Amino acid sequence: MATRKKQGPRKAPSKSDVLPVNLPKRPKLSGSTKAKQDRKPSANSKIRPSAAIVPPQSVAGRALTLVVAIMSFLACLTVGAVSIVWDAADAWQNDLVREITVQIRPAEGVDMLREIDKAVALTQEFPGIGSVRALSDAETRELLQPWLGSGLELETLPVPRLIQITVADPASLRLSNLKQKIESEVAGASLDDHSVWTSRLSAMAGAVVAGGIAIMILVLGSMVLSVVFATQAAMAGNKDVVSVLHFVGAEDSFIAREFQRHFLMLGLKGGVSGGIAAIISFLLLDAFTRRTEGQAGSDQLSALFGSVSVSVPGYLGVIAVVFLVAVLTALTSGLAVKAHLSKVD
Amino acid sequence: MIRFENVGLRYGMGPEILKDLSFSVEPQSFQFLTGPSGAGKTSLIRMLFMSLRPTRGLIKVFDRDISLIGKNELPELRRKIGVVFQDFRLLDHLTTYENVALPLRVIGREESDYRADVVELLKWVGLGERMHALPPVLSGGEKQRAAIARALITRPDVLLADEPTGNVDPPLAKRLLRLFMELNKLGTSVVIATHDIALLEQVDARRMVLADGRLEIFD
Repeated sequence: MATRKKQGPRKAPSKSDVLPVNLPKRPKLSGSTKAKQDRKPSANSKIRPSAAIVPPQSVAGRALTLVVAIMSFLACLTVGAVSIVWDAADAWQNDLVREITVQIRPAEGVDMLREIDKAVALTQEFPGIGSVRALSDAETRELLQPWLGSGLELETLPVPRLIQITVADPASLRLSNLKQKIESEVAGASLDDHSVWTSRLSAMAGAVVAGGIAIMILVLGSMVLSVVFATQAAMAGNKDVVSVLHFVGAEDSFIAREFQRHFLMLGLKGGVSGGIAAIISFLLLDAFTRRTEGQAGSDQLSALFGSVSVSVPGYLGVIAVVFLVAVLTALTSGLAVKAHLSKVD
Repeated sequence: MIRFENVGLRYGMGPEILKDLSFSVEPQSFQFLTGPSGAGKTSLIRMLFMSLRPTRGLIKVFDRDISLIGKNELPELRRKIGVVFQDFRLLDHLTTYENVALPLRVIGREESDYRADVVELLKWVGLGERMHALPPVLSGGEKQRAAIARALITRPDVLLADEPTGNVDPPLAKRLLRLFMELNKLGTSVVIATHDIALLEQVDARRMVLADGRLEIFD
């Protein structure tokens, strides 16, 4: 138990022992308008804008910026690659969808030329058809030359003939009606709309896009984990800051916000660096493929992917990735900080 | 304002280092908390500040039983209590001005709103010329005064100071003591933990002496 005792009188401090100057009247600490009016403008004009409460740079912070930049670079590269494949697949698909072939096989007692004319006439009546052209004898011969050699007499062989149809407006063309009509009214005719190819192409493009998304998720997932560890390290490194903030009466949400702002800036810095590096890579790739145009290796690449350059949606995707990286970094660190604070009394 | 009833404290499974403490800190009172090194002064200050919970007994802070206070209510109560630590606990990357303004910043006050108050308080504690300096370049006495200014900026009801003169020479110790007395006259209750006998001799104030885990009070 505490005990209470009376003490004898003690010596009072003399005036000369204490502060040599008279203290000014205690400032009114809330809303002291008079104090503000009395203030000379020069008294506090040198005050810098308030610095961030979380120390801006540390070794762990710089390492995390680098990790975020690398992750963001990889994610942006994935977006660019998906964009190239997607554009190429789209271009192939467009070319094929706009072209239909009618094949007329020779049969006993059928006049091929008459059937070709009939098919051409029938096709031209359909809405959405651009041009209809029967391949000439010379063109047919040219097509067969690699397999049957030159000097081929078409009349002596039962060679099927082709009609090349270009679609002007795929939306207004009723392909099934055209197919039914041609196949029923023209003897030996069959219509090929290349649907087998287009479906395979779209499946391939879909697989590439799905693969790209999976890589993105993995890259972003590992980035999120890095941020969680880095946040925990940052919280441990800034234990003093957190403790000072607690004893000056800061709420956990305030502390979390300060750390979140710190990591948002860090994420933006890393994300933008990664994004810029990816854009430079795309531009270099574009310039490189243009410079080597016409050479054997690049011709094959161009045949497959066209110009091998990232299109506008690809660049927009890069910008989206940069923001996603920054927001993910801030959100993840915010959650990690809150989890950390909930454990601290 | 703060009341302790039969409070005991032990760390982990160790012996009880503070036993049956019963006292209260009244409004506008001035008291020293003293005792030999290791007597538990800092632990008692931490309990007064609610950063350490007792293992037994009742602590009421502003009429609230701290064992019933939720974690989200602590900041509100802590804002009514200013603390000056022995090691100052200033943030090294913030200027003196920013360190002192920190308690206002955390409650969401605008910088333009509090600038004049902070500058005035800094001048009052004699740091008007050092407000742009970072703590690592401040002397021990300047750091101490910055820590005191930070504890005072929100005009707390209670000021707790742990060895506030531990790092300063006797003349500055006297100046700081005078500062605390001025504050007390202006309405703040002051608790100063110290083992500096010379300091105690200068003021006729209540003394709370910790020895062997028990508290003796000399009014």
